[in-house]
Amino acid sequence: MIGRILAVARTELLIVRRNRWLFLATLIMLLFALALTFAGSAPTGTLGVDRLTVAVASMTTLSVYLAPLLALMMSFDSIAGEVDRGSLALLLSYPAGRGEILGGKYLAHLAALAFAMTVGFGTAGLVAAATGGASLESALALGRLIGTSILLGAVFLAIGYMLSSLAGSPAAAAGLSAAVWLVVVVLYDLGLLGAVVVDAGGYFTQNVFPWVLTANPADAFRLWNVAASPDVALATGMAGVAGSLPVWAAPASLAFWLVAGFALARAALRRLEP
Amino acid sequence: MTDILTIDKASKRRARQLTLDAVSLTLAAGERVALLGHNGAGKSTLMKLILGLTSLDGGQIRIAGAKPGSDSARRATAFLPEAVSFHKSLTGRDQLALFARLAGVGTAPVAGLLGRVGLAEAADRRIGTYSKGMRQRLGLAQVLLGKPAVALLDEPTSGLDPISRQELYTIIDELAAQGTAVLVASHALTEVEARTDRIAILRNGRLVANDTLARLSHKAGLPTKLRIRARHGEADRIAADTGGRRINGASVELSCAADAKMDHLRRFAAMTDIVEDIEMTPPRLEDLYRHYAQEEGA
Repeated sequence: MIGRILAVARTELLIVRRNRWLFLATLIMLLFALALTFAGSAPTGTLGVDRLTVAVASMTTLSVYLAPLLALMMSFDSIAGEVDRGSLALLLSYPAGRGEILGGKYLAHLAALAFAMTVGFGTAGLVAAATGGASLESALALGRLIGTSILLGAVFLAIGYMLSSLAGSPAAAAGLSAAVWLVVVVLYDLGLLGAVVVDAGGYFTQNVFPWVLTANPADAFRLWNVAASPDVALATGMAGVAGSLPVWAAPASLAFWLVAGFALARAALRRLEP
Repeated sequence: MTDILTIDKASKRRARQLTLDAVSLTLAAGERVALLGHNGAGKSTLMKLILGLTSLDGGQIRIAGAKPGSDSARRATAFLPEAVSFHKSLTGRDQLALFARLAGVGTAPVAGLLGRVGLAEAADRRIGTYSKGMRQRLGLAQVLLGKPAVALLDEPTSGLDPISRQELYTIIDELAAQGTAVLVASHALTEVEARTDRIAILRNGRLVANDTLARLSHKAGLPTKLRIRARHGEADRIAADTGGRRINGASVELSCAADAKMDHLRRFAAMTDIVEDIEMTPPRLEDLYRHYAQEEGA
């Protein structure tokens, strides 16, 4: 079983390397992270924190958008494309279970994503530390950023597989993925913001809003990074929400989505008749 | 002979319509069976049922005694989907190596099999650069992995040039010789005719024929066509004498039942003065196929 998962993972890794996905994803992460590190270097004096802390804060905001996007772009074609080529039926005629095929793809895509995140954020962090100082705490914040970004990417990889299994065609899968990204990463926050404004500091804002915010994996990622480091919270301006929740809330949300995402993807693939 | 694949009253319902209606078919080890039928007759559905890709609504299927989709059934089965394609970024060798690892036979046979289907030169080129025929041959190579007990080939000749088709049937013969039961869904009737042991015809989800070509033509009572080329100006006389039909200035065509064929031949052979040549066309698979596949009611 492990052998078959590794066989699929090995092939998928070949694909992300050959079609330059790995290279492009790493390049995108690196360029954005470096750009934000330098663009965000201005407020160091005012906030009284080192440059790496500010860089981590900027990169946290970047990763909220980029990690789900890269993950969905990697995964949207992986099932729908196989169905389209007629190779899924063939793959399933081998003694490889659907879970094994999914697991193999997941492993390879996650490794590619982890590589891109580590190289991108790591390089930017090193540059920030070298030019503007760092501390043990900001180094930890960088490590946490990389780790949680990979986790966030993992959640959206699984969501991407689910959409890819449900969509029926690669084009539909691409559309669905874009829609899900837009709703979860962009519109969800805007909607909540509107609700908070309307509520004007009432019961919803005090008690419900923080939980609804954490329920979204992208916001849970943001809260986790913010809550764990007071300096980052200061730099992102999210100290208020982060303080009103127990520390376990954000990690629990991401962990839940990690498991639920894979289970949903597996269920969607099980239903699929190639 | 031992039956390696048994299909017993298999039924499949899709959107309240029976796509397969109590189809029973058995394949013995080393037997080559052609599965014919028009589009939507249920050929692909039957293959998916055997592979366990979709579930039965009635009846049962056993592959070497195992249920479709079970681990041992999948180990025993090889499949070539219709017009299969692979990821364009992989090379032929990468793709076949994946299948070899999934089949649990290791990558040792990969190079030999690529050579066997004529892809040795292209083994390290990306599949994106392959022609349709080359992709089909790559698909065929994976069928040969690990000596399957049953091979299911869905339209294996589509996209192949005539030479490759000949090679394909040579490979099918080799598969059968090593004891693999081969089920070929095909539209290429003339090839199937010469290269399979038995013919099964599906019509609207029902098995309407399942026998050797000779017995099927006998049962269908399809006529043999004789075409007699007459010597100069004698065509009319022959047509009048035999009740045949003149098809041009010099030839007469005559249909006769299989058992009356020899009598006619003897008669024409004796007419050396007016008959120049006799051409005989036994019922072709096309005729047979049309007979069984289009026959209404029953």
